[in-house]
Amino acid sequence: MLYSALQSLFSHWRRQPGQLAMLVLGLALATALWSGVQAINAEARASYDRAAQTLGQDSLPRLSRADGQPVPLSDYIALRRAGYLVSPVIAGEVRSTNARLRIQGIDPLTAPEAAQGPALDGGLDLAAFFTAPGLLLVSPGTAAGPLPPDLPRLVEADGIPPNAALTDISTAARLTGQTDPSFLLVAPEQPRGLPPLSEATDLVLSQPQETSDIARLTDSFHLNLTAFGLLSFAVGLFIVHAAIGLAFEQRRASFRTLRALGLPLRSLLTALALEISTIAVLSGLAGIALGYAIAAALMPGVAGTLRGLYGATVPGTLSFDPVWAISALVITLLGAAAATAQAMLRTARMPLLSPAQPRAWAQAAGRTIRSQGIAALVLFIASGLILQFGHGLVAGFAVLATLLVGAALMLPVFLTVLLNRVEKLTRAPFLQWVMADTRQQIPGLSLALMALLLALAANIGVSTMVGSFRGTFLGWLDQRLAAELYVGARDEEQAIALAEWLAPRSEAVLPIISTDVRLLDLPGEVFGMADHATYRDNWPLLSATPDAWDRLFAGEAVLINEQLFRREALALGQEIVITDDLTLPIAGVYSDYGNPSGQAIIGFDLFRALFPDAPLTRFAVRVPTEDAPDLASAIRETFDVPTELVRNQAQIKRFSIEVFEQTFRVTGALNVLTLGVAGLALLTSLLTLASLRLPQLAPVWAIGTPRKVLARTELARSILLAALTWALSLPVGLALAWVLLAVVNVEAFGWRLPMQVFPADWVKLLGLSLVAAVLAASLPSLRLARTPPARLLQVFSQER
Amino acid sequence: MVNSFLNIESVSKSYPGSDGPVSVLRGVDLSLAAGETLALTGESGSGKSTLLHLAAALDAPDSGSIRLDGVEFAGLGDSDRAALRREKIGLVFQQFNLVPSLTVAANISLQARLAGRHDADLSARLVERLGLNAVVDRYPEQLSGGQQQRVAIARALAARPALILADEPTGNLDEATGDTVLSLLLDLVAETNAGLLMVTHSTRLADRLSRRVHLSQGRIAMPASAA
Repeated sequence: MLYSALQSLFSHWRRQPGQLAMLVLGLALATALWSGVQAINAEARASYDRAAQTLGQDSLPRLSRADGQPVPLSDYIALRRAGYLVSPVIAGEVRSTNARLRIQGIDPLTAPEAAQGPALDGGLDLAAFFTAPGLLLVSPGTAAGPLPPDLPRLVEADGIPPNAALTDISTAARLTGQTDPSFLLVAPEQPRGLPPLSEATDLVLSQPQETSDIARLTDSFHLNLTAFGLLSFAVGLFIVHAAIGLAFEQRRASFRTLRALGLPLRSLLTALALEISTIAVLSGLAGIALGYAIAAALMPGVAGTLRGLYGATVPGTLSFDPVWAISALVITLLGAAAATAQAMLRTARMPLLSPAQPRAWAQAAGRTIRSQGIAALVLFIASGLILQFGHGLVAGFAVLATLLVGAALMLPVFLTVLLNRVEKLTRAPFLQWVMADTRQQIPGLSLALMALLLALAANIGVSTMVGSFRGTFLGWLDQRLAAELYVGARDEEQAIALAEWLAPRSEAVLPIISTDVRLLDLPGEVFGMADHATYRDNWPLLSATPDAWDRLFAGEAVLINEQLFRREALALGQEIVITDDLTLPIAGVYSDYGNPSGQAIIGFDLFRALFPDAPLTRFAVRVPTEDAPDLASAIRETFDVPTELVRNQAQIKRFSIEVFEQTFRVTGALNVLTLGVAGLALLTSLLTLASLRLPQLAPVWAIGTPRKVLARTELARSILLAALTWALSLPVGLALAWVLLAVVNVEAFGWRLPMQVFPADWVKLLGLSLVAAVLAASLPSLRLARTPPARLLQVFSQER
Repeated sequence: MVNSFLNIESVSKSYPGSDGPVSVLRGVDLSLAAGETLALTGESGSGKSTLLHLAAALDAPDSGSIRLDGVEFAGLGDSDRAALRREKIGLVFQQFNLVPSLTVAANISLQARLAGRHDADLSARLVERLGLNAVVDRYPEQLSGGQQQRVAIARALAARPALILADEPTGNLDEATGDTVLSLLLDLVAETNAGLLMVTHSTRLADRLSRRVHLSQGRIAMPASAA
């Protein structure tokens, strides 16, 4: 019996291949967008984990010097002799003009197990690892190059992050030219009876963080991607819902017939569930393949973004993970179940006799619209309350979610009220009918229009954010990169010669010097700034005490970046620790877009006194703009420095802008895909309605309205609804942008941007949504215009 | 009635209306013997279709008893009612109610397959007798009204039901086609020895059946009598 029922159900799809294609497309797109984003996230996270595992940085405490300099070998030997289980690590980098390789040298004999990484598990030629020239364990991707020249033998191993090599400490010392350990790893279990390490050494003991710095910093980016993935998935499900709704609606009479012929309701519902599950599994598999393709296409952009913004190294390629595929399939099935639930419930409740009357359906829809209006108001209030009282990134996204869902629910109410008003104002009978008829269609179209609203609002929101970002960032770059040339030397000796050579050839040579420190217990950087008008006149301060510059250069105060200021909720005048012996009051806060870490600036003289070993190899050079290219060439020729060490302002700006452009290329691509999916949802809904609307259209045709006019009216109606949806999406999108800039961005990145609006983009989006509406409505309208009179006449001879 | 196959006793049914319940059937008694054909006539709204739906276990009465082949309908759940229809009843509707996505051949065998007793020979004979040979691979929308109703009759008979319930089976057909379709139905009912309860407006068609019952305002207005 079930087999016969299934045969009968599947026969519908054979007769309606277009509808099946729409359903498969909806499910596949929803799965693809969701799983693609998940694949990117999973790949990136796996990459951080690999890095953390290999370098052991997350799992073990470490001892290092407060000033960031290497740990003297004598300190290490003293600790070992005292019985402490510590192990030296040399971390450095080998560079060439076109490649760089991070070197991590460990001492396998003393290294705690957690620091040895999976690469050292069995099968390794230990003799070659320990003895010169040694060998480097690298990932297959890294081994493929490009690599700096003159490296020891490479051995491919899993679990090593990209552009990094794990090796013996002696090999690392030879490659980096560093003899003392960069830091000491501390085994978790120390011998009993020893005094605490803090009493045995002056080195600073830092505890492992629950999540690595990179994971913490990139979480916000992944959350952003996940939110987009979820939004795309939801929009995709609108198509599925519409396609399933159409299929159920068209087969309502068949369901009734099957039941009248003796198919029990339970068997019918089982057959329907089997039918949808089969389609969902097949579509899900197609979606996974598509998602993999999307992820693979976006991955280089994501890798670039993560590298540019956070310094997190993620390979630009994607590996296939069966767990990811299975979870995507489960999500597809759950999504299909969610989209089918309403139709299944309707089928279960459908009386065997007395087909549902359109008017009764419209009345029920009217009640739904009122409930939706109330739910929307509740969500808006919730959004306001979370905004007022919530904290953290999750609260930011909760504001976004309540705002978007509330707006989506409000859309049918907005359209119904508006059409009601117009209907009452107009006296032309045909227009009155159009308005009334459009109002009656809103329940059927509302899901697709909601999808369009979400896609448009997301588009406006994200493009406003990106535009604001770009505008502010460019202005900031102009201020921040005030010098015409930025020059680096190979070493300090060359730097001194360079500075002497530059002095008579330029207006000013300003040193750029920095060192890594811990600012308020998190990794940060401190810069030394020379007293010059370049900074006093151009440096972008968000807030400052009146004498900030004088106090800074006198060594009495510090400037800090906005990220540190906001993250630690600091205030001007508050003191922060620069070194163990020095605290300084905050005299000003500067914007520092693109940098996730805390940063502080002190006067140059004070910096040299505090960190005498910090190498001074970089300079900002002030020359007339037109002289910059010639001077750059002269520096390269005279000092034989690599091209990348001499950059003019324009080059650096171009590079920085590229980093930011890449950041939003991913979200931009998702934006376009989401809008496309919303267009498809609209097409599916219009096709659904077209097949159900003949009883409404036939009488109007019969009393003298040509089919062409009816078809044109259908087209115009879709354009009208799309335009109204766009109108509502504007305030929603702007609110979304504001939340992204003022709430989510501050929580995620630590800085706030002034919001700028771009009306030209809105007009472009209006054009796009109208095109989508025309494309979606063309097919149903064309069909209507070509509907044979006999088909329209059937409405009068048959009960539907 | 002695040896009656379908027994309807004191059946009442009402539907909710804007001014309170609207009584459609008021204590109707009716019975049908195996192999007997009975026409149920009456004005629009007299309760003919409602009585047919109750007899088909598509709906349940407010009070009274309906038994088919000794099985009391009261207390049967959805699955049991569905099984009863599948096993014992063949339904012919005014609107044909064919499954549009199935071919004529698949439509004809649908109920028999659901009941698990598909007989290809019987289906082929029905196709032959009803003159559907040329259209077995077509879909319902490609058929005329008369052809669709013949498919519906074939579907009802292909499952070898003991009782055929037909609701205005010629209501959507012109007079000549209606006459042809009814003749075929009566011939096939006689050949299979099934009982037939047919709702119709037409006294002319009703007279072609062995008995006729007239319903008026939910009551039997004319006692069962030989035509």
